[in-house]
Amino acid sequence: MPEWIVACAVDDVDEEDVIRFDHHGRTFAIYRSPEDEFFATDGLCTHEKVHLADGLVMDDIIECPKHNGRFNYKTGAARGAPVCVNLQTYPVKVEAGKVMIEIGGVHG
Amino acid sequence: MVIVGAGEAGTRAAFALRERGYTGPVSLIGAERHLPYERPPLSKDAMALAGAGMKAIADAGRFEQAGIRLVLSAAAISIDRAAREVKLESGVSLGYEKLLLATGARPRRLAMAENSRRCVYLRTHDDAEVIRAHLRPGARIAVIGGGFIGLELAAAARMLGCAVTVIETEKRLLTRAVPAEIAAVLHEAHAKSGVDLRCGAAVTAIVDHGDGVSIALADGASIDADACIVGIGAIPNTDLAERAGLAVENGVRVDERMATSDPHIFAAGDCCSFPLGVYAGRRVRLEAWRNAQDQGNLAARNMLGRQENFAAIPWFWSDQFDLSLQIAGLVDEGVETVRREAGEGAFILFHLAADGRLVAASGIGQGNAVARDIRLAEMLIAKKARPPRDKLAAADTKLKALLAA
Ligand SMILES: Cc1cc2nc3c(=O)[nH]c(=O)nc-3n(C[C@H](O)[C@H](O)[C@H](O)COP(=O)(O)OP(=O)(O)OC[C@H]3O[C@@H](n4cnc5c(N)ncnc54)[C@H](O)[C@@H]3O)c2cc1C
Ligand code: FES
Repeated sequence: MPEWIVACAVDDVDEEDVIRFDHHGRTFAIYRSPEDEFFATDGLCTHEKVHLADGLVMDDIIECPKHNGRFNYKTGAARGAPVCVNLQTYPVKVEAGKVMIEIGGVHG
Repeated sequence: MVIVGAGEAGTRAAFALRERGYTGPVSLIGAERHLPYERPPLSKDAMALAGAGMKAIADAGRFEQAGIRLVLSAAAISIDRAAREVKLESGVSLGYEKLLLATGARPRRLAMAENSRRCVYLRTHDDAEVIRAHLRPGARIAVIGGGFIGLELAAAARMLGCAVTVIETEKRLLTRAVPAEIAAVLHEAHAKSGVDLRCGAAVTAIVDHGDGVSIALADGASIDADACIVGIGAIPNTDLAERAGLAVENGVRVDERMATSDPHIFAAGDCCSFPLGVYAGRRVRLEAWRNAQDQGNLAARNMLGRQENFAAIPWFWSDQFDLSLQIAGLVDEGVETVRREAGEGAFILFHLAADGRLVAASGIGQGNAVARDIRLAEMLIAKKARPPRDKLAAADTKLKALLAA
């Protein structure tokens, strides 16, 4: 069943930045792109389990803070050594100043 | 295309050849028997966590899918440059159009330790297995050399309940590439966890006896241990290049495109010395993981006929206890430092040249406290930026804003 949950307020995330969002023992990363759109992925790098929210957002790339592995946060695609496993992404919508993500189903 | 050395640089280059659309044969020759694996965990997780396995760079399926022919347990012993052939120990010869040397480095050996069977070194997975077997709770472990590998192993050994003594000749730890302020933080962390640190200590003799080894120091002290880990630096593997008559200068000498003195042969990673464009062509040899990847990538592109210059900034990290250190650029290029607090004891030092240009940044803190700012500093270094000192020092000035300025 699709389940939409409120992750944060729009203002919680700067443009071209990322924050961490924890929910029921799971951890996610919520991104705001330079074009002012929101995206969500799993919170941990697929290389070693490091929080991506400590990393750097550049255009549509999130760079892992630990060893600089890169993902496209819009598609989840791994974009550079040492990461080779893609990142899970989640649908996002913005309603009344709140960023909501759908974590029920599995999207890739 | 033939690549000698199936480590970080060689493996990255092999995949990069495919990513760049090369469809001809690619052979990756490795002296070790294992699938290419990551070395950094050997002194960290794989040591500290019981049962942590080997972290492969890619599994066998990915090599197969990419059509990379992996030849393992096979040392290359000579290069015939006129015939463009590499000869393996087994007697087999492989012809090449372009050859990449990615042979890495090996631990510098300590002459005094040659007769001891309890002195061990760390470079490979098999070395790590030997060391790990020594790290039982209560075991007495001596570490000669207060560099990164020695200190990471000292931390891992402490976490596993060993009694650890670190012996360093210099007056402080990590003299080679780390600012004193950061080395002091690590010194304190080791001391607090109970590591016995002996700086300014010279080893005068190493003697095995029945069930241990005694290490005599110049000040008269003697340290008894069950095993002694020697971490006193690494030497580039240049034998193959030397015998083939290639230029060697603290590593296989390459130009800014990673080409050796033979235009059909390239070199990358720990085995080569290269000019760093960002520091006016200063020739260096790095022993760093991301550098090995960057150079493997670039060498592959240039082997395919591109003419790209190496432009990356040196970058390094180390993990000890709950602390992580990151350094971008070469600290010794700076003459002045500006400090920025990063919260909860974490801090970053910006290293400026005489003309105010940012040339390096180093930071330490728990977890990834300094990672993002070090990465932004790296981009500022690449831009040859001269950020105002007060902005660098002010924690509330975002480095991203300085980058855009
Ligand atoms: C224990 C340890 C911890 C580290 N931690 C960090 C860290 O925290 N951060 C960091 O930035 N860097 C770290 N490094 C450094 C990093 O791992 C190296 O810079 C990197 O592995 C270099 O890659 P390379 O491909 O040049 O060499 P290597 O990875 O050493 O690979 C070279 C390979 O070539 C093979 N070879 C050599 N000669 C021949 C021959 N004639 N024929 C066939 N094969 C041959 C060798 O057996 C080896 O497998 C660490 C290194 C070690 C050993
Ligand atoms: S943990 Fe993310 S790149 Fe290694």
